[in-house]
Amino acid sequence: MSPRRVAALVLRQYYLLRGSPTRVVPLFAWAAIDIVLWGFIARYLDHATSGGPDFLFTLLGAVLLWDFFIRIMHGMTTAFLEDVWSRNFLNLFATPLAVPEYVAGLMLTSILTSLVGLAVMLILATTVFGLSFFAWGALFVPFVAVLFLFGIALGIFASAMVLRLGPASEWLVWPIPALLSPFAAVFYPLATLPAWMQWVAHALPPSYVFEGMRAIVAGHAVPLGTLGIAFALAALQIVLAYAFFVVVFRATVRSGLLARYSAESAA
Amino acid sequence: MSAPAAILRVSALGKRYADTVAVDDVSFTVGRNEIVGLLGPNGAGKTTTINMILGLLAPGAGSIHIDGVDLSRERERALARTNFAAVYAPLPGNLTVEQNLRCFGLLYEVPDLGARIEALLEQFDLRRFRRVRCGLLSSGEQTRASLAKALLNAPRLLLLDEPTASLDPATAQELRRTIRAIATQGDGGILWTSHNMLEVEAVCDRVLLLSHGRILLQGDPRTLPGAHGADTLEALFIRVAREPLSFAGGTA
Repeated sequence: MSPRRVAALVLRQYYLLRGSPTRVVPLFAWAAIDIVLWGFIARYLDHATSGGPDFLFTLLGAVLLWDFFIRIMHGMTTAFLEDVWSRNFLNLFATPLAVPEYVAGLMLTSILTSLVGLAVMLILATTVFGLSFFAWGALFVPFVAVLFLFGIALGIFASAMVLRLGPASEWLVWPIPALLSPFAAVFYPLATLPAWMQWVAHALPPSYVFEGMRAIVAGHAVPLGTLGIAFALAALQIVLAYAFFVVVFRATVRSGLLARYSAESAA
Repeated sequence: MSAPAAILRVSALGKRYADTVAVDDVSFTVGRNEIVGLLGPNGAGKTTTINMILGLLAPGAGSIHIDGVDLSRERERALARTNFAAVYAPLPGNLTVEQNLRCFGLLYEVPDLGARIEALLEQFDLRRFRRVRCGLLSSGEQTRASLAKALLNAPRLLLLDEPTASLDPATAQELRRTIRAIATQGDGGILWTSHNMLEVEAVCDRVLLLSHGRILLQGDPRTLPGAHGADTLEALFIRVAREPLSFAGGTA
């Protein structure tokens, strides 16, 4: 693994962000809008059901964490799509760049860009709505870490999918988080879901995160066991997603798709 | 360990796409300080061959050694010794010339990158465009930027796919002189494709004539036409393109 080659990929994204406000604004704009919208909804519900559940934490906290996961996943895929949009695969993969370095570059870019979104969301949620994740202290870290790992896994998977299916399949990437959100039980307890959806949810690390978060808000102990399962699942999914990317990459080199990517098919 | 005599050694290379044979049992070498022209009509297999040498396409058969390094076994080491410029692979248009050179310089792990970039900006008359996005450059300027990228790592093997296709005659002549100097002064070799036969005669030490994925003829571009009853290299090229079967016997 060459740090300089990984740095080259991050530098390229930095140059693109620096020269283009249209790339910078989406890093935080949608997340900020979500925080404002759900912040007021939570405030209204707290007011309307005084003495009821803490909507600020269960709703706004859930939105914040879910948006962070989306930023991570989209950060990965957007960095990948920059190479699709600029038809850069020939120049890029004719260099000594190895697949692990490429994926590491996407991952590092995603960490940096999603931190911008996370910072903006935390500032808004804390200053405007009084939601303080900092009060959780170190408890906050494992929840964010699981979502981070799952976002990376899904980002790698989505990039591999676009690499395999061609540039036009980009539209498949964006709705993936929305497709998963009902199963991830972001806003309601897992028990609300029918049995078959709960089975799917058990394969999704975010479902453990949101269940755990609701448990803490309800005054229960930190569910270390389930958090451990979530960590293990997310780590396994990163390994599987990476293996999928490698298989797809090799297939595109074998079929000729990589060299003629804009044609969307090697045949 | 002494350096291998051939900078590029391609042996029995083959590639099929479904029922189509794109490259069939192609073998050739590029020697040190040598410029070899890879010629052939459209669809002859030139770009497929170049893509395989660049590691962008896996061969169906055969092997590729770059500076003695087996591409299939040590991809990173082999590609670190290689670079290319092609009209169909412009640098990303949303980065400036300097930004592109810096990113690719890091990818090739070029030592003293800042100084190397300055030297190449000077060599290809790109200083005034250093902060211009590549997508805003004229096609000739883009070609020069691509060539600067191609020379970043002082490659042992330089692949040039129609490098002068979009250049005006004066710039093309200057570029040929530059490439010729690189070939003679450095310790690498160059594989060059072009449809400009006068250029090929002026630049290349040796040519390979491809048709239907096979090398039909090879030799000195100045003597090869006469040896096959043609007045010029262009006339020979046209015969090879139209009557490949009459040359299918050998590679004299």
